[in-house]
Amino acid sequence: MRGITKRYPGVVANDAVDFTVESASIHGLLGENGAGKSTLMKVLFGLTAPSAGTVEIAGRPVVVNSARDALDLGIGMVQQHFSLIGDFTVAENLVLGREPLRRGGLLDLERAAADISELSDRYGFRIDPGSRVGGLAVGARQRVEILKALYRGAEVLILDEPTAALAPTEVAELAALLRRLRDQGRTVVFISHKLSEVIDLCDRVTVLRGGRVEGHREIGSAERDDPDRHGALAAELARMMVGHELPEPPARVGGPVSRGVPALRLEAAGDGHRLGPIDVEVGAGEIVGVAGVEGNGQTELVELVVGVRRCRRGSVKLGGADVTRWSVRRRINAGVAHVAEDRHGAAVADGLDLAHNATLGFQGRPPFSWRGLWLSLVQMRRLARGLVNRFGVQTVAVTDPLRSLSGGNQQKLVVGRELSRGPELFVAAQPTRGLDVAAAAFVHSELAALRRRGAGVLLVSLELTEILALADRIVVMSGGRVAGETTPAQVDVTTLGRWMTGAGQTAGAATAEAAA
Amino acid sequence: MPEMLDIIDMNWVAQGIRLSVPLIFAALGGLLSERAGVINIALEGKMLFGAFAGVAVTWWTGTNVVGLIAALAVGAGIGWVHAWFSITVRSDQIVSATAINLFALGVTAALIPAIWEGGRANTPTVERFRRFEVPLLSDLPQIGTVFSRLSWFDYTALVLAPLVWLVLWRSPFGLRLRACGESPEAAASVGVNVIRTRYTAVMLAGVFAAMGGVYLSLVQNGLFQRGITNGRGFLALAAMIFGKWRPIPVLGACLLFGMADAYQLRAQSKSDLPVELFQALPYVVGLITLVFVGRAVAPAAIGRAYVKD
Repeated sequence: MRGITKRYPGVVANDAVDFTVESASIHGLLGENGAGKSTLMKVLFGLTAPSAGTVEIAGRPVVVNSARDALDLGIGMVQQHFSLIGDFTVAENLVLGREPLRRGGLLDLERAAADISELSDRYGFRIDPGSRVGGLAVGARQRVEILKALYRGAEVLILDEPTAALAPTEVAELAALLRRLRDQGRTVVFISHKLSEVIDLCDRVTVLRGGRVEGHREIGSAERDDPDRHGALAAELARMMVGHELPEPPARVGGPVSRGVPALRLEAAGDGHRLGPIDVEVGAGEIVGVAGVEGNGQTELVELVVGVRRCRRGSVKLGGADVTRWSVRRRINAGVAHVAEDRHGAAVADGLDLAHNATLGFQGRPPFSWRGLWLSLVQMRRLARGLVNRFGVQTVAVTDPLRSLSGGNQQKLVVGRELSRGPELFVAAQPTRGLDVAAAAFVHSELAALRRRGAGVLLVSLELTEILALADRIVVMSGGRVAGETTPAQVDVTTLGRWMTGAGQTAGAATAEAAA
Repeated sequence: MPEMLDIIDMNWVAQGIRLSVPLIFAALGGLLSERAGVINIALEGKMLFGAFAGVAVTWWTGTNVVGLIAALAVGAGIGWVHAWFSITVRSDQIVSATAINLFALGVTAALIPAIWEGGRANTPTVERFRRFEVPLLSDLPQIGTVFSRLSWFDYTALVLAPLVWLVLWRSPFGLRLRACGESPEAAASVGVNVIRTRYTAVMLAGVFAAMGGVYLSLVQNGLFQRGITNGRGFLALAAMIFGKWRPIPVLGACLLFGMADAYQLRAQSKSDLPVELFQALPYVVGLITLVFVGRAVAPAAIGRAYVKD
C-alpha cells in the first residue's frame, strides 16, 4: 500500500501511509487507539475508499472497491465485531455469498460441510460445521471467522485486535493457529496494541501514530527469547506508539489496607443461578483483582454488586450498610462507581452526544439539573469537556454522537465519568479492554490513586498481568464461585491455572467450554 | 351437544382450508419480507389492492386470468412502494406500512363509485375462479369431498409453504435473504446486495399478499366490497409470528385459524349462544396454542434499516 491517505470530516485518519507485507509472514500493525490502524485495513479490505494512494498485490496495482473485490484478491478480514450470523450454522455462515450448488440450483450444504471439516482439520481449528454460531464461545466464534476467510480462499488474513475478547488460554491457542497458517504459506496482518503479543507472534512490525507510519522493526527469535532484548524492543515500540516516554507504571505504595469497615462485603451471596454462594471482601484502600476464564461468574458478580442483578441469597454490604435490597441508583448515591464490561449495552447510549453520555448517572442532581426537571446543557458540556481534556479523549466536539468515537476513546470517557463520582467502591470490569498503552496506564494510575485515597476497588480482568500489577489480593473465580485466593507476592502460576480451569473442584460446563 | 360435533366432517375440512388460504398467501409473503428484515404490517393493504385490482381488471377485460395477473402486478408495485419507503427512504417501517394500509382502505373504497357509479359499497359481480373435482381423488369415500370442493388456488397455497421453505433454507437466494434479516452488515461484507435482496423480498411479499386478496374477491365472492379483507392481513401476521417465522409452522397456524373459523361459522347456526362468542373462537384457539408453542424469536435485524457504509 502506497501513500494511502484517508480524510474524514475534521480528522485525517491516514496520512500518506506506506505499508508493505511480505507473504508467508506474520506482520504486526501497532498503534494507539485512533492511530489509523483500522482505517488502513478498511482501505485494504475495500470497506472504505482512500482519499489518495494505491494498493498493490504481488507488484500489480489493484482497485479494491468492496469486500468482495478484496476476497477475490485473496484478502480476508476478521473484524473486532464479528460479522457472523448467530442464527446460522457454521456452514451457512461460511458459504454465504459464495454458495456451492448441486444440480437444480439448490445449496450443497453437505459438500460445504465436508470442505469445512477438511480445512478445519488441516489447521487444527476444531470447528464443527453443523453447530449454530450463536451457541459458540467467543474464542470458537473467532476461529470460525478465520476459517471463513480461509474457506473463501484468503491468502492474506487481516485480524483486527483479535485478542481483545479472548481469555489467556484462547490467546495462546490463537497464536499457535496463526503460526501454523504462516508455516503453510499464508500471510497474516495482526493489528494490536498489546506489545508483548506482537513481539511474541510477529516476524515484523509497523507502528502507526497519528495516521502516519512511525517506523518498522524486524522481530527475530532473539527478541522473543531473550528477556532483556524483549524488554528493550517493547520499550522502543511503546515510545514509537506514544511518541513520548511511557508514564511510569504506578508505584506499588505498600500502604496497609484499612482495618476498619470494608468497602464491600459479600456474604454467601448468589443469584440463585450462575453465581455463588460467594464470599468476597474489598477493604477500604484495597484493590481486589478478580481473575478467571471468561464466563465463570465474573459478569454476574459485578452485576450483583452494582445492583443490576438480584441477590437471591446471602447479603451485599457497602461500607457496613446492608444494601442487598437497594436499587442501582441508591447504590450509586452511596458511592458505587461502575465501569461496565459491555460498554455498548450497559455503559453508554452511543446515539447520544458526549455531553449526555458524560452526565449519565449524574443527570438527576445539581448542577446538571434543576430539581430533576430540566437539564443544563451548559453544565453537561462543561463536564464533558473536562473529561475530554483530562483523559485525552480524541474528539472534535462534545456535541458529537458518542458512536463517532473509536472504542478506546469511548472507554476513556466512561472511565472518566465513573471516576468523577468520587467513589467509595469502584467496580471496574475490564476497564482497559480495547485501550491503548498510554490510556491503560492512565487508568491504572487512577485506580492506584483511588486506593491511596482509601476507596475500595474491585477489578475484574481477563489479563493476569493487569491484576498482578495492581491488586493487593487476587480472587480466582470458576463456575460462579471463588476457586482460590492469593496475593501477587505469593502467586504461583500452576495453582492459578488449576483454579482458573476449575480442575479438581467445580468441574462442570464452564470447564468443558473453556477446554473446547 | 352432539350437533356441535356433527360439524366435524369433510365439508368442514374443505371450508377450513378455503378460509385458511388467504391467510397462507399473506403470511408466507410476510414471512419472506420479515426474514429479509423488513417488518410487514402492510399485508392488509396489499391484500386489499390485490383484491380490488383483480376484480376491476376482470370486469374490464372479461377474463379473470388477466385480472389475476394484473392483481399480482399491482401487488408487486405496492410492494415496491413499501420497499422504497422502508429501504431507500428508511422511514419508520411501522408508520409507512400503516400509511399503506389506510391508503389502501380509502382508495379502494373511493374507486368503487368512481368506476361503477352510484354510492355502492360493492362492485358488480365478475367471473370467478371455479372449484373443480380432482379426477379419481374426488371419488374416494369421505376424503373425496375435500378434493371436489377446492380450486387450484387452494392447492397452490398448500404447496407454497414447503416451496418457500425450500427456497429460504436450501437455495442461495434464501440464505442471502435470511442473512439480510439477521445481520445486513454481515451479509454485505460477503458481497450480498442487501438493498436489492430486501427489495425483492418485499415485492414478493406484495405479490403473495395480492394473491391472498384475489382469493377473497375472485375465488370466494366474485366481487369486491369495501374492506373485504376485514383484518385478515393482520390475522396472517399473527399466524406468521405464531409460526415463528418458519413456513411449515406458519402453514399450520393458518390452517388452525381457518379450521377454527370454519367451525365457528357452522356452529353459529346451530346454537342459541351469542354470535360474538363463536366469532372469538379462532382467536381463543390461537391464544391457547400460543401458551404451548413458547416464545417466538424474530429475525435479529428486523425493522432495522440498512445504511450502506
